[in-house]
Amino acid sequence: MTTAVPDNPAFDHEFETQDLMINMGPQHPSTHGVFRMVLTIDGELVTDVTPHIGYMHRGAEKLCETMDYRQGIGYMDRTEYLANFNAELSYVMAVEQLAELEVPERAQWIRMILCELNRLSSHFMFLGAFGTDVGVFGTAFTYAFREREFIQDLFEEVAGDRLMFAYFRAGGLAWEVPGNFEARVRETLALSRRGIKDLDGLMTQNEIFRARTEGVGHLSAADALDWGASGPTLRASGVPMDIRKDEPYLFYDQVDFDVITGDHGDVFDRFQCRIDEMWQSIRIIEQCLERLEPGPIVPDRLPRMLRTPPGEVYTRTEAPRGEYGIYLVSKGGNRPHRLKIRSACLSNLQALRDMTIGGYVADAVVVLGSLDIVLCEVDR
Amino acid sequence: MNTELFGFPTVNVWVDAVIRLHLIVGLMTVVVMGLIYIERKIIARFQMRLGPTRTGPLGLLQSLADALKLLGKEDLRPRNADPLIFEFAVYFVFVPVFMGFVAIPFAFDWNVRVLELGLFYVIAISSINVVGWVMAGWASDNRYAMIGALRAAAQGISYEVPLILAVLAVAMVAGSLNLNEITGQQGHIPYIVWQPLAFAIFYVAMLAELNRSPFDIPIGESEVVGGPFVEYSGIRWSMFFLAEYAGLFILCLLASAVFLGGWAWPLGEDAGVLWQIVLTSAKTGLLIFSVFWVRVTVPRMRIDQLMAFSWKVLMPLSFGLILANGLILVYEWPHVFLLIPNVIGLVLLYVIVEHGITRRRPRQLARPAAQAEAAS
Repeated sequence: MTTAVPDNPAFDHEFETQDLMINMGPQHPSTHGVFRMVLTIDGELVTDVTPHIGYMHRGAEKLCETMDYRQGIGYMDRTEYLANFNAELSYVMAVEQLAELEVPERAQWIRMILCELNRLSSHFMFLGAFGTDVGVFGTAFTYAFREREFIQDLFEEVAGDRLMFAYFRAGGLAWEVPGNFEARVRETLALSRRGIKDLDGLMTQNEIFRARTEGVGHLSAADALDWGASGPTLRASGVPMDIRKDEPYLFYDQVDFDVITGDHGDVFDRFQCRIDEMWQSIRIIEQCLERLEPGPIVPDRLPRMLRTPPGEVYTRTEAPRGEYGIYLVSKGGNRPHRLKIRSACLSNLQALRDMTIGGYVADAVVVLGSLDIVLCEVDR
Repeated sequence: MNTELFGFPTVNVWVDAVIRLHLIVGLMTVVVMGLIYIERKIIARFQMRLGPTRTGPLGLLQSLADALKLLGKEDLRPRNADPLIFEFAVYFVFVPVFMGFVAIPFAFDWNVRVLELGLFYVIAISSINVVGWVMAGWASDNRYAMIGALRAAAQGISYEVPLILAVLAVAMVAGSLNLNEITGQQGHIPYIVWQPLAFAIFYVAMLAELNRSPFDIPIGESEVVGGPFVEYSGIRWSMFFLAEYAGLFILCLLASAVFLGGWAWPLGEDAGVLWQIVLTSAKTGLLIFSVFWVRVTVPRMRIDQLMAFSWKVLMPLSFGLILANGLILVYEWPHVFLLIPNVIGLVLLYVIVEHGITRRRPRQLARPAAQAEAAS
């Protein structure tokens, strides 16, 4: 690129300037894992972005084909490690539809509670990580992680593991929840309320935070739909798409909650949407707790080794990051013939390039943070 | 030629200078290590953590352990780095900061040297370190480092001006650049009462000058991963670190001397040296605490917002303040009049911060009105 400096006799010759390419990631503190983007920058302005994914690819889908239906549940935990219950839910729902299993009511209500709690814990993680991206020195992170720990403790009591739960089963749940489950959920919710208020006060009302996020990373509704974005990323752009409302699964049609949408589709709206969604999750969990009654958690006649008739099915659920879908093909037998995960993060990430170009380097970090990606889910 | 050293009259000038400089370096190393420990403890409290607890009682030896660890590390230099500039950059950051202590008054007549142009000297010397930053960034042959260095240079130049203008406003009222004299005049009323706007501008510019949050853009951990110091390790890196905290200490000392009345307010010259030192350290400590507080609370600004805030907000305000001060002092109006431009300026600053400190980008609608109607 050659640039002439106009109207300056000291620089009447043309001189050559070069755009700088910087390699952000795969080892960079704010790429949320091993995402890599090659930024072409002109001064502080980003002129081009080339995202690279695949550093976390482990062939999870292919691996699932070698395992029976029960073993596959563990692999869902490993693809979406911040919203494990939501990921497991998609998978077991797909298997249940293929095998035509009836899930007992109690199991469904418990699934709903756990999924919404997982949404809370995932969004807490987002708030903390996003705070660090914007540049709060760790305070948002520790505040968010305090509340996330309480939820994670509850999960540990229920599932026996902090991260890789493998608690849902095709047909129901692995085992009954602890006796004090309801009291513990209520306790955790009270703590989460405090946490959301704290984080809201720390960040949303902060003038610098708003200056950094408002009007940055604009994604129009049309573009968001074209890229196949879903979840808070799409809803922040003003499209009220929520699978919990559009195609209710579990008992989402029996509880009251609002679909949160934003008006501007910028980073701040995506942040605000998630905070509002957390309040809605709390609302849902409270209604679930009232409806929770004793009963069986697995169907009466559940074979030890589950076999499905041939067929194919696509199930989708509203995970914290958007539509988490499972496409399952069976040719009979006890393992899937083909499994495909429809990753919400991958589709959301497509929009990154449009949102980043023309902004500042600092904006690129914030925009990437606002998508709330989980690299394991992107690469699978 | 003999001179007086802390009341002992017969010391050779050179011996005297050596003793005083050693005192500074020794004092500073201890103070900086203490500051690092205190910052870690304070920030830990803000973040509901414990901070260091394992090394020594209450983790008091943590800084010492860190220093020893850093000393033991290999002093790496990238193969493509410019060896001379890379290695000398450290001293350009380190030495000026320590030189600044020469003129700072700790108590009545307790400074290394009483300089007639003390204020000017401190400000001038403390801005040299930007050169070291740029050298470090350029010589590292690392793009993150270079971006960080250029950011540091831009920021250093931008905030130098409001910083100087703010202390100049006080110097005009005081009629002196001698730090000891400026402090001594504040026995009854510190200058922050007459010049609150100058203090506000100084405080903001100080944060930027020290590259501390919300102006830690050159070292922004989440963007340029440490800026100019990416490639430094071991003792060289720790010297940058030392300089950063020494810089924090010196500017807070300066602010407490110029605005808060240093050793003078409220006890005056007659109080004992011990009391005066306690006063100075208390005021400095308060300022340092507030810097830590700001650090854990606010996010980082963007580079264009930073520039806009300096050139479009702080600069006009400080120039206006100087103009108004000049007017009042030339016509010898009473000191109370000084408050008028200050209060107006503070209100302006508040309004600007409240209604978008910086260029907030216009927010587009995600769904234009026509599209939204068609959808519904």
